[in-house]
Amino acid sequence: MTELIGKGTWIEIHRSVLPAGARAPRVPDDTRQVPLEMRVKGFLVAPASAGEEAEIVTPAGRRLRGVVREINPAYTHGFGAPIAELCGVGREVRALLRGRGQGS
Amino acid sequence: MSADSYQAIMAQRPAIMRASVGIDYAQYNTGVLAFDYERLLADTGYDIDATHKVQRATAVGDTPLVELHNMTELVRAVAPTGRGARLFVKDEAANPSGSFKDRRASLSVHEAAKRGYPGVAAATSGNYGAAVASQAAKAGLGCIVVQEAFDSQGIEQPEIAEKTRACEAYGAEVIRLSVGPELFYVFLQVLKETGYFNASLYTPYSILGIETLGYELARQVKQHCGRFPDVVIATHAGGGNVTGTARGLLKAGATDTQMVAASVDLSGLHMASDHDFNRKSFTTGHTGFSIPFTTWPDRADVPRNAARALRYMDRFVTVSQGEVFYITQVLAELEGMERGPAGNISLAAAFAIARDLDMQQIVVVQEAEYTGAGKHPIAQLNLARQMGIEVTRGDPRDNKPGERIVIPEYPSQIAVVDVNLDHVRHSYLRNAIESLPADTMLDDVDIEFLAAETRSSRTYVQETIDEWHGKRR
Repeated sequence: MTELIGKGTWIEIHRSVLPAGARAPRVPDDTRQVPLEMRVKGFLVAPASAGEEAEIVTPAGRRLRGVVREINPAYTHGFGAPIAELCGVGREVRALLRGRGQGS
Repeated sequence: MSADSYQAIMAQRPAIMRASVGIDYAQYNTGVLAFDYERLLADTGYDIDATHKVQRATAVGDTPLVELHNMTELVRAVAPTGRGARLFVKDEAANPSGSFKDRRASLSVHEAAKRGYPGVAAATSGNYGAAVASQAAKAGLGCIVVQEAFDSQGIEQPEIAEKTRACEAYGAEVIRLSVGPELFYVFLQVLKETGYFNASLYTPYSILGIETLGYELARQVKQHCGRFPDVVIATHAGGGNVTGTARGLLKAGATDTQMVAASVDLSGLHMASDHDFNRKSFTTGHTGFSIPFTTWPDRADVPRNAARALRYMDRFVTVSQGEVFYITQVLAELEGMERGPAGNISLAAAFAIARDLDMQQIVVVQEAEYTGAGKHPIAQLNLARQMGIEVTRGDPRDNKPGERIVIPEYPSQIAVVDVNLDHVRHSYLRNAIESLPADTMLDDVDIEFLAAETRSSRTYVQETIDEWHGKRR
């Protein structure tokens, strides 16, 4: 049995807005073949388990229902490894300026 | 059909729009195509002074103008003798949420509060969402931002992930959607349910809010250099940046300044494609927005788009993805300013254009934006590689959106490609005619309107339309 998530926990819910095959006219074929999905974060209204349907109150005060996707979701975007193709650019242009008697 | 079905909500679009923007656009119609653009803007009551006053109340605007001495030297290092204009950038990262979009959000949120709306909503995946959320926080209004954020594999576009974080930091509700134009359906549902103000990017408020940017930079250049700028370059997507900036320049008296629109070339990638979504490496400022919006502005989320870029642009150029990433690195390492990357589309174009001008001439890049996690060349290029796109050094002419990003080997390789404005005008006129039922008769006022819209003449419009009719016969 999965553990209950406490009321008031910051979670993200997920739901399908339009199923594949019921997309708007004129969307490209690859988009038509997948559903339009929605993710929204808010505070859990009543205890629930991950993967179950639950209700949240969003920061704007709306009540929304959906399947619990993540508890206290992390921001995972970052930078990643430096890009070798950009690493030398500064040195190159500074050398060009030095050649003109400018820069450092 | 349920009351919330796609068809039902889309059918309510005009009523939802009217309630959420509070403008009866029909009253401005003067012909079958024509409408009174200047009156639509003037009726808001915001001139430059009134806008400036509202913006100063939340520390928006009055941003520094920075001369890029080292980059100017670099331009001159690769320019013919005696050439290489002075480069300046308006550092819009100094706005509260880090971009010029605060200017666009300020009047909308001010209006929403004044007219008693409980909150503001915006359909945007970019800096504008953070700007609306920031302004709403200051005004004590609710805020909902609807984003196109991830593809069907659940992979987030890193720049949009950063915008999600920023909007949530300002206390906004963020609705994140997968790829598709039905975002607009969800947005309409939100407006209907909440009664919030539609802080659209395309209302008069959003455009008038940018006029101060053009106005300020013209005066700053005049004060610093004793003359108005020769060229001002704006990153171009939906048209607001070009329109508002150019109007501000004109209001400052800089009538001889050339207004250049610059976009990153994403030709070959489809804007509504789930597959292409994470292969663009840019979320805005690209041809996927700028070409359709320049050739038909009224595809926006309001009945009449107040951003009408073709009226104001003297020149329209594109640069490649690799050139923008290269120039972003140069800006950081030569000028000590880590900004962009999308805002640096105009900087890449400026670098190329300045090379052809005389040394005493002045080129202004009218905005830089904040940078950070996700919103950075490193994040974009790592995602590009993950999506199977080749990243390499070489000749930027070999750049191919969705397949290969080519970082220039030398600054001398940075060049602009001119978009043929005559083709753009023809596309605009074709879209205008095709928006009408067949055999609709155009009045004089419509021909006059189309001439203003395409910055051409009545004769040009009439001859172009007659030529099509001739061919059809």
